[in-house]
Amino acid sequence: MTERFDGPRTPGGGEVPAAGVPTGPQKDAATSGTAEAGRSLDRERGQDAQAAARPGTSGARSPAAAAAGTAAGTTTREGTATAGGGSRSRRLGPSPAVAMWFLLPAFILLGAWMVYPILYSLWRSLYDASGNEFVGLDNYATIFTDPGMLTTIRNNLIWVVVAPSVVTVLGLIFAVLSERIRWVTAFKLVMFMPMAVSFLASGVIFRLVYDADPDKGVANAIITTVRDVFRPNTGYPGARPRENDASPVAAQNGAVVTKQAAQPGQAVLIPLVGLPPAQVAEAAAAKAPPQPAPGSLTGTVWVDFTPGGGGTVNQVDGSEKGLAGVTVEAVADGRVVATTTTNEDGTFTFENLPTGSYTIRLPQENFTAPFNGLQWLGPTLITPAIIGAYIWVHAGFAMVLIAAGLSAIPRDALEAARIDGATEWQVFRKITVPLLAPVLLVVFVTMIINVLKVFDLVFVIAPGSVQPQANVIALEMWRVSFGGGNNQGLGSALAIFLLVLVLPFMFFNIRRFRREQQ
Amino acid sequence: MTTAALSRAGGATAAGGAPRRGLAGRLVDRFGSGVLQVFMVLLALFWLVPTLGLLVVSVRTEEANNSSGWWTVFTKPAELTLENYSDLLASGFTASFWNTVFITVPSTILVITIAALAAYAFAWIDFPGRDVIFLVVVALLVVPIQIALIPIAKLYGALGIMGSIPGVVLFHVAFGLPFAIFLLRNFFVGIPAELLEAARMDGAGEWRIFATVVFPLAKPAVASLGIFQFLWVWNDLLVALVFADTENQPMTKALQSQMRQFGTNVDVLAPGSFLSVIIPLILFFAFQRYFVQGLLAGSVK
Repeated sequence: MTERFDGPRTPGGGEVPAAGVPTGPQKDAATSGTAEAGRSLDRERGQDAQAAARPGTSGARSPAAAAAGTAAGTTTREGTATAGGGSRSRRLGPSPAVAMWFLLPAFILLGAWMVYPILYSLWRSLYDASGNEFVGLDNYATIFTDPGMLTTIRNNLIWVVVAPSVVTVLGLIFAVLSERIRWVTAFKLVMFMPMAVSFLASGVIFRLVYDADPDKGVANAIITTVRDVFRPNTGYPGARPRENDASPVAAQNGAVVTKQAAQPGQAVLIPLVGLPPAQVAEAAAAKAPPQPAPGSLTGTVWVDFTPGGGGTVNQVDGSEKGLAGVTVEAVADGRVVATTTTNEDGTFTFENLPTGSYTIRLPQENFTAPFNGLQWLGPTLITPAIIGAYIWVHAGFAMVLIAAGLSAIPRDALEAARIDGATEWQVFRKITVPLLAPVLLVVFVTMIINVLKVFDLVFVIAPGSVQPQANVIALEMWRVSFGGGNNQGLGSALAIFLLVLVLPFMFFNIRRFRREQQ
Repeated sequence: MTTAALSRAGGATAAGGAPRRGLAGRLVDRFGSGVLQVFMVLLALFWLVPTLGLLVVSVRTEEANNSSGWWTVFTKPAELTLENYSDLLASGFTASFWNTVFITVPSTILVITIAALAAYAFAWIDFPGRDVIFLVVVALLVVPIQIALIPIAKLYGALGIMGSIPGVVLFHVAFGLPFAIFLLRNFFVGIPAELLEAARMDGAGEWRIFATVVFPLAKPAVASLGIFQFLWVWNDLLVALVFADTENQPMTKALQSQMRQFGTNVDVLAPGSFLSVIIPLILFFAFQRYFVQGLLAGSVK
C-alpha cells in the first residue's frame, strides 16, 4: 500500500487543488506546505480526499495520474483487487451481454460520429470538389504544391516549434517561482483563468491588445512608451527645404544638406518649411546663430515661415520658431566629423572643429515619422502575435500541471543538495528539472496536439485580409470546405492530413497507457 | 523521513530560503524574495491586463473607445456607461445566450450519462475484447474534430437535422465521449471490488449497482468531467460555425459574425464577449478545484 502511495510521486500527483491524490492530507501539508494559501487548498483537498476515501485511493488519483501520463490502469485495478482480497476475474454475475447494453449508446455515437467519419473522409479525399470524379491522390498533391497551402504548412510548423516549448518553459518558470510566494493560490487563479475563457473572447481581447494605434492597443502603447523613455521622439516628419535656388539648403536622400560648404568660424542658416504651424506652436522663437568663436561653427535650424505673413525668406525673423533637438552633422569628404543637437531656439554650435570645409547635414532620422509601434496584425507579425495570445491562454495550464509534479518531488532531496552547498540554480538544473522530465514531456506533447488543431484563435485574431498569411491547417480545412471554398474533396484530404499529424501522439498516448497497465 | 522533518523543510522553503545560513545570506534571500514578489505581482498584472482591457472597453462609449485608450479611464472614470450592454441585450443577443444554454446543458448531461454507463462496463464487466476496445477509446482522444465536419454535415443533411440544436448537441456528445469514458473508467476501477461484490451477492443487478453504488461514489470525477465538458461546449466556435444555423447559433457564432468589421463593432463585440465569459468565469471560480482536476485529466486530449 505504501508503495502505491509513493508511486504517484511521479508528476501529477501533486499539490494542485483537488488533484485528489490520496496520499492523505498530512503528507500533502508536509510536502507542499509552501505557503498558507497552499495550505488552504490542501485543506480543501483533504476534504476531497476524505470524500474520495471510500471509492478507493487509486481511483481518486486517476485524473492526476492520467495527466501525468500514468493513467491509473491495471496497476490500480490490481492494487484494488489485492486490497479487496479477491480477484476481479472471478465473475460474480454480469454476462458479456449485459456489457453491451451499457456500451451501446457510446458505441453508436463513437461509431457514427468518429469512426465512420474517418473512413468517409479517407474515401472522400480521393474525389474532386463535386464528389463525382475520382482524382486519386490529387488533393494530397495540392496540399504539398499549392503556394498558399505551403504557407499554411509553414505556419503550422512555426506553431509547433515555438508554442509548445515556450508554453512549457514559461509554465516551468511560473511553477517554480510560484512556490516561493505566499499568495500562490491567487497567482495560479490569475494565470489559468484564461483557460476558462473561450478562444473567441480571447481573440476579441487580443484584437484589442494588438490594435495598431498606440492610443488604443495596449501592446503598442507599452512599446512606444518604453521606447520614448529611452529615445525621446523629436522627429519633424514633413519638414523640408524650400525648393528654390535661393534656399541655402537642399534635400538629399531624405536628409537636408547645405548647398555651400562651410568653414569653422562661420554661421550657417538652415531654414525649413512644411511643418504645420500647430506642431511648432509651443516651440521657442528662433534666434539667429550666435557669433562663432574661432574654430567653431554655429547655425540655426528653424521654421522659416511667419504665421500671418511678413518676415523675410531665409532670415531668422522675430516670430519664427526654432526646431529643438534636431541632430546636426558636420560632414567632410563623406565622413561625419562631428555631431551636435539644436537648442530650444534652434541654434547649434560645433566647437573645436578642425579647419577644413564642411557640409552641414541634418540626417534623415530627423524627418522620419515617429515610431508608432508594430503592425501586430499585419502580414509579417500575425503568426507570432497569435502565438502570443495562445501562450497567454495556455501558460497557466502548463504551470498548474508542472506545479503538481513539482510538489511531488521529495523535499529531502532538494534539502540535501542545498545543505551540500548547491546553489538554487544547481538544485533547479540538476534535481528539479530531471525529476520533472516526465511531466514536462506530457505538457509538451499535450501542447503539440493542441497546437496542431489550433483554429479559433487564428480565425478570430487574424483580420480577413491577412488570413492567408496567418493560415493553419485546421483553419484552411474549414475555409476550403465551408468558408467559401466549397471543395470537400480537398477539405477531406486536409482533415486526413491533420489526423496523420496527430497519429504519432496518439501512439504515444497508447504506449504510455499500456506501459502503465503492465 | 518523518512528517515533522518534511514540514520543517517545507516551512523553510516558504520563508524563501534554505535554513542555516549566515545573516548576509538571509539578507540576500530577503532582498531576493522582495524582488521576486514584485516580479510576480507584475507578472500577474500583465496576465490580467488583456481581460481588464476587454471589460473597460465594454463599458465605454464608441466615441470614447475611438478617441483614446481604455487605460485613460483611470484618470476619467466619468466616461463609463452601461449603454453597450443595454443596446446589446435589446438587439436579440439574449436569443443566442439561450441557444448556448440549450446546447451546453444537454450536451453535458448526455456525455456524463452515456460515458458513465460505458465506463462502468469497461471497469466492472468482463467482456471479450474489452482491453483492445478501451485502447481504441484512448486512441480516439486525440482525433481532431475536423475529420468529422464534412461527413457529419452530409449525414445531418440526410437526416434533416442540419442547423438544428440537437445536431450540435449530438456532435459535442460524441466528441466528448472518449475523454469522459477515459476519465470515469479510471475512477471506477478504483472503487473497492468488495462493495460491488457485496451488492452482487445481495442479488442486485448491474443497473442497480451502477445507479446506487458506483455512480454516487464517483461524484468528484463526475463534477470535474461536468465542468470541463460544460466549458468546452460553452466555448466552442467551430462546431457551431458548421452545424448551427443563424436561428440556433450560440453566442460564439453570433459574435464571430460581427468580427469582420471589428473596428466599428467593438461596442457589440466587447460587451458580448464579456457576457459570454461571465458564466464560465463564475463556474471557474466556484469550482476551481474540479476545474483543475478536469484540466489535469484532460491533458491527454
